[in-house]
Amino acid sequence: MVQGETATYDYRPGAEGGAAGGGGRGRALESELVRRRVSQVVLYVLLIIGALIALFPMLWMLSASFMPTGEASTYPPHLIPSRITLTHYRELFTRLNLGRYLFNSTLIAVVVTGVSLVVNSMAGYAFAKLRFRGRDRTFRILSLGLVLPVQIAMLPLFLLMKNLHLVNTYWGVIIPGMASIFGIFLIRQYALSIPDDMLDAARIDGASELRIYWEVVVPGILPILATLAIWTFLATWNDFMWPLIVLSDEAHYTLPVALANLSGEHVQDTELMMAGSVLTVIPVLAVFLFLQRYYIQGVMAGSVKG
Amino acid sequence: MSATIPPDGAASGELISEPLPGMLGGLRRRLRWSRDPGTRTPADVGKAAWWFLAPALILIFVFFFLPVLASLVLSVTDFDIYAIANPPSTRFIGLANYTKLMHTPEFWQALRNTFYFALVGGPLTIAVSLATALLLNARLVRFKSFFRTIYFTPFVTTLVAVAIVWRYLYHARYGLLNYALGHIGIGPIDWLGNPRWAMPAIILLAVWKQFGYNMLIFIAGLQAIPQDLYDAAEIDGAGPVRRFFNVTLPLLGPTMLFVSVITMIGYFQLFSEPYVMTSGGPLRATTSVVLMMYEEGFRWWRMGYAAAIAFVLFIVILVATLIQFRLQKERV
Repeated sequence: MVQGETATYDYRPGAEGGAAGGGGRGRALESELVRRRVSQVVLYVLLIIGALIALFPMLWMLSASFMPTGEASTYPPHLIPSRITLTHYRELFTRLNLGRYLFNSTLIAVVVTGVSLVVNSMAGYAFAKLRFRGRDRTFRILSLGLVLPVQIAMLPLFLLMKNLHLVNTYWGVIIPGMASIFGIFLIRQYALSIPDDMLDAARIDGASELRIYWEVVVPGILPILATLAIWTFLATWNDFMWPLIVLSDEAHYTLPVALANLSGEHVQDTELMMAGSVLTVIPVLAVFLFLQRYYIQGVMAGSVKG
Repeated sequence: MSATIPPDGAASGELISEPLPGMLGGLRRRLRWSRDPGTRTPADVGKAAWWFLAPALILIFVFFFLPVLASLVLSVTDFDIYAIANPPSTRFIGLANYTKLMHTPEFWQALRNTFYFALVGGPLTIAVSLATALLLNARLVRFKSFFRTIYFTPFVTTLVAVAIVWRYLYHARYGLLNYALGHIGIGPIDWLGNPRWAMPAIILLAVWKQFGYNMLIFIAGLQAIPQDLYDAAEIDGAGPVRRFFNVTLPLLGPTMLFVSVITMIGYFQLFSEPYVMTSGGPLRATTSVVLMMYEEGFRWWRMGYAAAIAFVLFIVILVATLIQFRLQKERV
């Protein structure tokens, strides 16, 4: 290790002590090594403090959710439960219907993810690889939508949903999420790298356009489809404002809406609310941790457009 | 917008080009039996393209663009709870909703609160994101992906759930934040109950929740800066601070623009945090523009009035975005 670093520093142009004799040179290297070691320690200390801050609220949430009633509201505060109890989880599932909300959230997030993958990938591919009149103009109009805050659409959208009798139904949440401009952009960007020769070859072969999409394009863009799938699932699961507006009947509530509702009634029951928060967050954390490779790469690729 | 290198470039390239030789072989064999090889005209392809686009375009038009336009129309009407039952009773009232807004102190306060959140919270988030990105990009650090995952975790969590958690962390008597501050001699602060501290408390939560996303984008931007430039600066005798200001920051320009615009657009839409943590209080100190729009529109059903609020928000976001682009252009 030390040997290797010595060698590296020997070849560096202008390294400290370059002109000095053997002894001075060794001391300079040594102090360079010490300096590196010190800055390494400082970096790690900062990184670990940062990690603790990032994780602490979630660790406390998990810990408090197992505390006996009232223990999270004591002074001085307890960090670890004096004894572990599952009462709050049991109460959530029996008296407070959490299973139902878990089902609603899962159903909505899975359907939105599935449908939006097909809809957005077809559109993204068409924008990237098919030549047709009005392509650039359509794409420009679509990109205008990226700067429009979704909240502007919500008032008329609610009236539209009311006329379609979709208020207070799963479809009321699902339909507006089925196509996304961001998703189309993400797919288009990636699909640009599919070689045209390959598509033309399939065309000469007599494959229908739909078959080309399904058998050539989809396998070629699988990585970005994975990214979009995770992105859509997390965004739909975590979404709050629109479900809050369009779902008025408890039977259709998603987890965030139910949780916000519960927190009004049970504001004193800290441990119960923590258990509810744990159950809301665990599924998205699991999806993220298992599939983070696709997710993180997608975020980094989708953004660096310059 | 230039082309992006797909993540995992080599692997995906393989995925695409690998079936090519096999397919071409099969193609040549099948060509002889194909009755109309290559008779598909560009017009046919164009027609197919519209079929591919139709579902997405129809959905986006009907459920997004149309409502946005309708919102503009709604904002010049007196559409309210009676109109929901009987739409024809709606009247055109011109800019009356907008003039009323201009004379409503609560609206100006909501606008101020939103600007406070965006103009303090936004830069703070960007600073924290950039600092962590620099830490994670340091040559001396190992376990980079481990730390990166931890820092990114708050971003994927459900906002409503973590807002509830933070509400308890901020508790004036039992909250852990006050307990920790007590140890360094800072007296208990009623974070969410004091009009002065409620918005800073929400900003702190937002920074914690949001910085991981920007951090990833900054890391991607930092990795795109050629190492030679740093080496050259070092030979010229530039220390770490000078290297940051003379090399890193200028070359991060486009990334910085992207991050600022995205963060700012998101922050101007503040809603869930105050809805869950403070209900807009105390004394409306955390009522944002979107929260006010929600209450006017969906609690009191003054939808014409609420649509006017939504439109003012849109104008604010648009102007702020244009200013950011202008600033960026001047710097380059």
